[in-house]
Amino acid sequence: MSDFAAKDLLYGGFGPVTFALRKGEIVGVSGPSGCGKTRLLRALADMDPWEGHIELEGCAPSTIPASQWRRRVAYVPAESQWWFDRVGEHFSYAPEAADLCALGLEPEVLGWPVARLSSGEKQRLGLLRALVNRPAVVLLDEPTAHLDAAHAQAFEALVMGCCTAGMMALWVAHDPEQLARVAPRGYRMAAGGVWREVDAWM
Amino acid sequence: MDVIALSWRDILLAALPLTALAAIFAWQRLGLSRTLMIGAARTFVQLALVGAVLKGVFQNAHPLWTFCFSMVMLATGAWEVTRRQHRHFAAGWTVGLAVLGLFTAGFTVTLFAVLALVGVRPWWSPQYAIPLLGMILGNTMTGIALGMDTLTQNAWKQRDVIENRLALGQTAAEAVADLRRESVRTAMTPIINSLAVCGVVSLPGMMTGQILSGSDPLAAVRYQMMIMYLIATGAGFGSLLTVQLGVRRLFDSRERLRLDRLRE
Repeated sequence: MSDFAAKDLLYGGFGPVTFALRKGEIVGVSGPSGCGKTRLLRALADMDPWEGHIELEGCAPSTIPASQWRRRVAYVPAESQWWFDRVGEHFSYAPEAADLCALGLEPEVLGWPVARLSSGEKQRLGLLRALVNRPAVVLLDEPTAHLDAAHAQAFEALVMGCCTAGMMALWVAHDPEQLARVAPRGYRMAAGGVWREVDAWM
Repeated sequence: MDVIALSWRDILLAALPLTALAAIFAWQRLGLSRTLMIGAARTFVQLALVGAVLKGVFQNAHPLWTFCFSMVMLATGAWEVTRRQHRHFAAGWTVGLAVLGLFTAGFTVTLFAVLALVGVRPWWSPQYAIPLLGMILGNTMTGIALGMDTLTQNAWKQRDVIENRLALGQTAAEAVADLRRESVRTAMTPIINSLAVCGVVSLPGMMTGQILSGSDPLAAVRYQMMIMYLIATGAGFGSLLTVQLGVRRLFDSRERLRLDRLRE
């Protein structure tokens, strides 16, 4: 019995992909650029057409409105987008000060104009913005690409903390050391989307 | 009082300064003279044809002729909307939406005018129905073309923003709310501007025509007021409807942004 799973998933000419996550698990995904990792995350969030089976706690995406599915299965893109003037306007609920602090951000950041954010700050806020919706699964696409080592580890710790509390994560990254830290198990995707479980990241 | 008729010689004379302008454009290598002259020639040919056809239609007033003429206007309007798009909806949806918007908004408003306002008998009388429909369809066409172009162009440019909003659990309607508003606003800008300056900065063509042909200026302005309200209504409802349906077409049943339904 799994809590988030895909079976024989075909999407945009890639697949089939089959995996299963238990509550609290972080599963890593790595593979060369262009092998369909981002597209996989998009399909799981039901943002691209797909075929096969996806289910969260026994429910297929089609059983609830797409917007609700995406609150439960939150795709966090590699480059976050900001469309209002102020940072805080992009949050449907205010994030906890402790979480901001854990990521090395001051609480005042919510009142800042977006133009003032660095790409690293955008990446960390992009995660928080998804977490305030209390998703069951986060789909992270190279989430620490713009972060230095210290901020990357703080980021990892926050996600791992949420997962201790029952959240699940699919973590796409290139860095085997990071995957070894966060994801005890995972999958490697070869060119063309061939999908197999890995024994060890390094 | 009758209007002083212009002869074909007068028209040739009016074209002379324009030709001189085209020559200067060519000399300055502005790359405009060719299109200017083609445009001028099109104006001549199209108006001459329309004049001849209208003369025939007016002399042989029949609902069928009014109907045929209005269908030709509808088709040309829809084609013109399509021509003004940088990106099309695939599978004929652009032209379909244009026809629907022009028909629903333009024809309804014109019917309202001939039946309830002008009250001409018979209501299909071509001398009233055709010019009214022409003015209303022309402005509805501009509104629809601007609205759809703004929608599709910006959906394309802002795809990352729209998809990030969807990824955060917003509905399709929430994710494109700003864009929808901007599209309708863009569609309405020209007409709202002309409502504001009408009669002060610009004297509308129809009113000028009526005054030139000897109508009482007060009767002419009342016609013009009606026309301004009607064309604003037509452009507004036309663009609201097509932008709304265009938004729907941009998303599928799972609220995915489907830019694969657009073609350059």
